[in-house]
Amino acid sequence: MGGRDSNLVLLDENGIRCDGRKIDETRKITIKAGVLKNANGSAYIEFGDNKILAGVFGPRDVHPKHMSDTDTGIIRCRYHMSPFSVTERKNPAPSRREIEIGKVIKEALKPAVILEKFPRTAVDVYLEILQADGGTRCAALSAASVALADAGIPMRDLVAGCAAGKVADTIILDVGNEEDQAGQADMPIGYMPNLGQVTLLQLDGVLSSDEFKKCVDTGIDGCKQVYEIQKQALKDKFFGNGAA
Amino acid sequence: MGDNKRRYVIPGEVITTGPYRPEQNVILEDKKIIATKVGISEIYDDSVKVIPLTGTYIPKSQDLVIGKIISHSSLSWEADINSCYVGMLPASDVFGRNFQPDSDELTSKLRKGDLIAARIVNFDRSRDPLITIADRELGKIDSGELVKISPSKVPRLIGKQGTMIQAIELATNATITIGQNGLVVVGCDNPDGLLKAKKAIRMVDEFAHMTNLTDKIKEMLESKSE
Repeated sequence: MGGRDSNLVLLDENGIRCDGRKIDETRKITIKAGVLKNANGSAYIEFGDNKILAGVFGPRDVHPKHMSDTDTGIIRCRYHMSPFSVTERKNPAPSRREIEIGKVIKEALKPAVILEKFPRTAVDVYLEILQADGGTRCAALSAASVALADAGIPMRDLVAGCAAGKVADTIILDVGNEEDQAGQADMPIGYMPNLGQVTLLQLDGVLSSDEFKKCVDTGIDGCKQVYEIQKQALKDKFFGNGAA
Repeated sequence: MGDNKRRYVIPGEVITTGPYRPEQNVILEDKKIIATKVGISEIYDDSVKVIPLTGTYIPKSQDLVIGKIISHSSLSWEADINSCYVGMLPASDVFGRNFQPDSDELTSKLRKGDLIAARIVNFDRSRDPLITIADRELGKIDSGELVKISPSKVPRLIGKQGTMIQAIELATNATITIGQNGLVVVGCDNPDGLLKAKKAIRMVDEFAHMTNLTDKIKEMLESKSE
């Protein structure tokens, strides 16, 4: 990225970012589980201005048949941006970027889902980006794991996603769209809070090794905050309000 | 009944760290027992399990299921049992040991679209579940209406020692066959009773998490009969 020319003040002298957040503050996150009737499991997430719908089917028959595995189930993931999700119309055909994000989300979910229980079946995750504002892959990952839990697919842990990054030489939590465009680094992290395992870690930009460590820690803190919201979303759906 | 320490859990939540035996829907991860599904955790004596609140049906040996014939070969039928696997019903199960694939016509007994009450005979990870209809309460279902509920709510529909289903049957005069796979067949001579029984079953499906559900169902059943 390397700092694009811009009049935007990413971080002012009081440590307030361009959208008014503190350096260790996430955007407003709301998650709702079980929003779709026809999918086995679903979730809707608003992560700042990101709006993402996740639907899960399965375990079910694998089509095409040759993809099935006799030892274990498989997980497939489609990440798709709606034409209206960005300011300029996006061609709805899957782009290189979408295929890649689908792949990394699939791989971030795989360690959490206990697929060995369902040999010869597939779990399909569909992620529809209705509105994008930077950090969609983390938001989509968080929504996907809530949808999987809603579908009753056995999981070792939920996966929470949150990004950290570097803006104006400072490590910040939850990189927004402007910060991503003009900032110095963006690091999306997927994390299983109870098992303490990282399932997704990407980095765009340059960080020193100290910065890298700090960035990972910051991102994991963010994931833990996301996890609390995921937990609450599932509890609200299944146990009603106020259940312990 | 020792149902102490009941708790609502979500996947990944640590239920306990004690020396317990992990049972359904939990895994052991370095001494911690972790829930793998959304549900209610229960600690019995020395074992821990989670009663799931959502999920598809996974065949289990000896389960009574309701299936729909979807196709057949010359040797067996395939039945949709509302699961990720199809049930295999061998022809010899219906025709007996002296089944002749060349002379016996499978469609003479069961056609595509027929409903059957079946029992899972055998299921392992490597093959599709084997089902049978050779028993007194099993076989082709000729009449009744099919209601689909969430498989995880079947125990709630049956109730403790069958109280819930008895209450519905008694009030509506219907005969209800419940498959563990979430398919329920309701048969009733009286159309009002049929409607009411179906409504009651749907109510159980919708409000399964409520505590005094049996009373609510009874109330509903009685209110309309007047």
